[in-house]
Amino acid sequence: MTSAVEKYRNNFLREVEANVEEGEWVKMCMQCGVCSGSCPLGDAWEHPPQELFMMIRAGKRDQVLASESMWMCTSCYSCITRCPRGLPITHIMHGLANYANRLGIAPKMNPTRRFAKIFWDNIAHTGRVNETKLSLRLYFMDGFFTGLRRAFAMRKVGLGMLRTGRLNPLGLFRAGGIARKGELRKLLARAYEIEDARKNFGKRN
Amino acid sequence: MTQQAETAEPKIAAYLCAGCGLGERLDLERLAKVAAEAGAGAVEQHEMLCGEDGVARIRGGIQDGATHLVLGACSRRAKTGAFNFADDGAAVARVNLREGVIWTQPEDAGETTQEMADDYLRMGCAEAKFMRAPRAIAADERGANKRILVVGGGVSGMTAALEAARAGYEVLLVEKSGALGGWAKSLHRRLPRRAPFSAPAENDTAELCAAVEHEKNITVFLNAHIARTSGAPGRFSADIAQGENTRTENIGAIVQASGFRRYDASQLPEFAYGKTPDVVDQMELEALARAADENGAPIARPSDGKAVQSVVFVQCAGQRSEKPGHLPYCSGCCCGVSIKQAMYFKMRDSEADANIIYTDLRAPGNGEDFYRAAQEMGVVFTNGAVERVEAGTNGAQLAVHFRDHVLDEDAVARADLVVLATGQVANSGVDISAVEKNEDGEKEKNGNGKDESAEKKPAQVSVPVESILQLDYRQGPDLPHLKHGFSDSHFICFPYETRRTGIYACGPPRRPMDMHQAMEDATGAALKAIQAVENAGLGRAAHPRAGDLSFPSFRRDGCTQCKRCTVECPFGAIDQDAEGYPQFNESRCRRCGTCMGACPVRVISFENYSVDTVGQQIKAIDMPDEFDEKPRILVLACENDAYPALDMAAHNRIHYNAFVRVIPIRCLGSVNAIWVTDALNAGFDGIMLLGCKKGDDYQCHFVTGAALAHERMGKIDDTLNQLQLEPERVRAFEVEITDIARVPQLINDYAAKIDEIGMNPFKGF
Ligand code: SF4
Ligand code: SF4
Ligand code: SF4
Repeated sequence: MTSAVEKYRNNFLREVEANVEEGEWVKMCMQCGVCSGSCPLGDAWEHPPQELFMMIRAGKRDQVLASESMWMCTSCYSCITRCPRGLPITHIMHGLANYANRLGIAPKMNPTRRFAKIFWDNIAHTGRVNETKLSLRLYFMDGFFTGLRRAFAMRKVGLGMLRTGRLNPLGLFRAGGIARKGELRKLLARAYEIEDARKNFGKRN
Repeated sequence: MTQQAETAEPKIAAYLCAGCGLGERLDLERLAKVAAEAGAGAVEQHEMLCGEDGVARIRGGIQDGATHLVLGACSRRAKTGAFNFADDGAAVARVNLREGVIWTQPEDAGETTQEMADDYLRMGCAEAKFMRAPRAIAADERGANKRILVVGGGVSGMTAALEAARAGYEVLLVEKSGALGGWAKSLHRRLPRRAPFSAPAENDTAELCAAVEHEKNITVFLNAHIARTSGAPGRFSADIAQGENTRTENIGAIVQASGFRRYDASQLPEFAYGKTPDVVDQMELEALARAADENGAPIARPSDGKAVQSVVFVQCAGQRSEKPGHLPYCSGCCCGVSIKQAMYFKMRDSEADANIIYTDLRAPGNGEDFYRAAQEMGVVFTNGAVERVEAGTNGAQLAVHFRDHVLDEDAVARADLVVLATGQVANSGVDISAVEKNEDGEKEKNGNGKDESAEKKPAQVSVPVESILQLDYRQGPDLPHLKHGFSDSHFICFPYETRRTGIYACGPPRRPMDMHQAMEDATGAALKAIQAVENAGLGRAAHPRAGDLSFPSFRRDGCTQCKRCTVECPFGAIDQDAEGYPQFNESRCRRCGTCMGACPVRVISFENYSVDTVGQQIKAIDMPDEFDEKPRILVLACENDAYPALDMAAHNRIHYNAFVRVIPIRCLGSVNAIWVTDALNAGFDGIMLLGCKKGDDYQCHFVTGAALAHERMGKIDDTLNQLQLEPERVRAFEVEITDIARVPQLINDYAAKIDEIGMNPFKGF
């Protein structure tokens, strides 16, 4: 896919329309700024939604796809409920993040991206979330000692979850999950294949 | 003594109503005595004066010889139907005891309420004594011509002509070019007028032209202009010049639909207009689109004929800008036009890029649907301000440099073609106020009437200088402008009214607008023209005192020929006769009384409104002496807004100070300084002038009346000075009809202020 996008031309907008979930809505934004003003995390974003939409129109492909911004979305849906043009902004944010990720341009160390990947690997493996493994992988993703420190800091929550049966220590050793895991994996592999072919994605990551 | 007093002694009959609580709250016996003392030959009470029986009693009085009626009941704005004795030939003074007294005074107020009523009744008797029943303009002086002249054959003019013709009026349509259709006929497509507002519509101007040509009530004059216009509503006469021939036609009213001129884009070198043919304005793009359509080819770049693959629209080009030579205003229609034109490209080739760079996209009403439709087609809308356009060399693309307002950075967009959304300049004739200034030597202009230095100043619009109507009025050949070359009209309440009665502007001479708006406008103007010829035929005033039968006249032997009336009349109703005396054109007059307020020797009057009818009311008010601690405040309240606001306050039972005496006046402009001087000399402690807003966004129903009154206030300050009175003793206030709670509050605050500064020392002299 070309990255030599001409400015203020439709090239990148068309790419987004073709490949990003709900991307065909981007052109309908009227730049009122209500979404950016409504987002509880708006201040923390480098490029809040309104700006991302303008950047797409301005053809700023690399800046948009490499941005940390859309990874900030917490799916609170404030923006969607307020957008006068009815854009499914939350979905577009996730669509953009996903697209950037599949292209391999997404920022590698973005914590949301890493969590999302750990979560996906976890659930795609057995068809069900294994909380114990998920927590441990998350805590220890930056090395052993950091992991210990994180676990120690979270010990009260962890113990509470253990006591109420929300965290099963045996989960570490039991496979768990759905009955026909093999078929789920096959199904997902096929879905990837279709999407990869259609959207011309390279290696998955 | 003015001429009123010279007529036969009036026979006054007073009627007092006991209905609506008046009987309970007021001592009617005492009022009856007051009326008798004030000169009423007969006084009658009735339990419900506005009822059939009450009205019959009044008619009985007229039969018994009463020439003047004093009706002590409700406000003059109430029961106008029941208390209309115009056909009986009686003069009527309404005494506002209901809204003016019992509804605005608390029930336990005691004697002050009765004193108020007594005063108002005395005032009514005094007013009656000095008025006559209005007679309407004499039948032989009325103009009865009902033909309508439409100047301009574009969509506005054609629509006005058709509307008037289909309503049964004969129309003369004068067009300066060789064909009907104006700008509209050269459009490729027009803005959609019907749902779903999702694509440009067919240009149906040709059908409109055909309809005009086939309409038997319309006579079209092409290649023609107006060489002279004179007269008044119902009896205008216009010289229509067509080449060598000039013919004089008589008409009753005029619709000025003279359209607009394209802003001259060569004043925008920063956008490379004129440097490359690939920068065009919106009209030029229409031509390109039409040519493409005729050839069945894509829209071609003027420089090399290459199909346009990318186009950038520059909104507000030379508009909404204070830069020299730019238009300071928004032309209101160019956003819609750019959206339409961007669609020309997207509908031919969805791969083409169309980018509209705007600061505010103004697509009101259904324009919003149209805007959305363009977005759906993939037109890109970029919020930003274009700084410059660079022409590419050797077939290279143009570079549009702009500030992206969302991304807050400088950016460049490249395109094959750039379209400038330049604005409309009103084609509204000579700016007579500039000419006036020129006459006064205030501002020297060069021979062609254009002021070079003014043109370089920011926010100055150079307006076309050839006259459109060639009026032979003393006040100048065209409709007065408000600003930026647009004809003055009462924007909010009476949009089609100009400051020349019987002449109605519509379309872009009034304000910038699109075709659809211009057609609506034209319909309105046609209806106003019809109204004008009908009113003129009956000898009655047009708006805003529609139906008023009174008109001003002046006492010739007192007139000093100072010309103040001719200059200050907001409507150019007064010419000058051969001997230099003012010549009133009754049917041009709106009956505001501004001339009456202006006249230093007080010789102008209406039958039922004069220096005396108000002055004698002021004198009739009982003036308690200084030690009674009952100050008196005179309120002169404009009948259009202030007085209705007071009436509505009364309907809401909002109380106000009992020491005020309110006299309704036609307009602040009609206030003659003598009233103020007399009131101060008579011992009034304060005078409030309640009028409408003045200035560029004026609300004054007579346009300049309020402003003139404020100017004249300067002289009143001199009077106060001479009398060694505090400046607060006379105050003018701007009020609106909706100020229902504010006006009573103003009165109370002012009364408190007067309390503070103390009584007028002239009491009892
Ligand atoms: S609220 Fe909707 S229309 Fe407004 S800027 Fe955000 S996405 Fe665009
Ligand atoms: S859904 Fe996402 S983008 Fe929208 S307001 Fe919430 S966090 Fe912000
Ligand atoms: S100033 Fe008013 S009342 Fe007097 S002539 Fe003009 S329009 Fe008529």
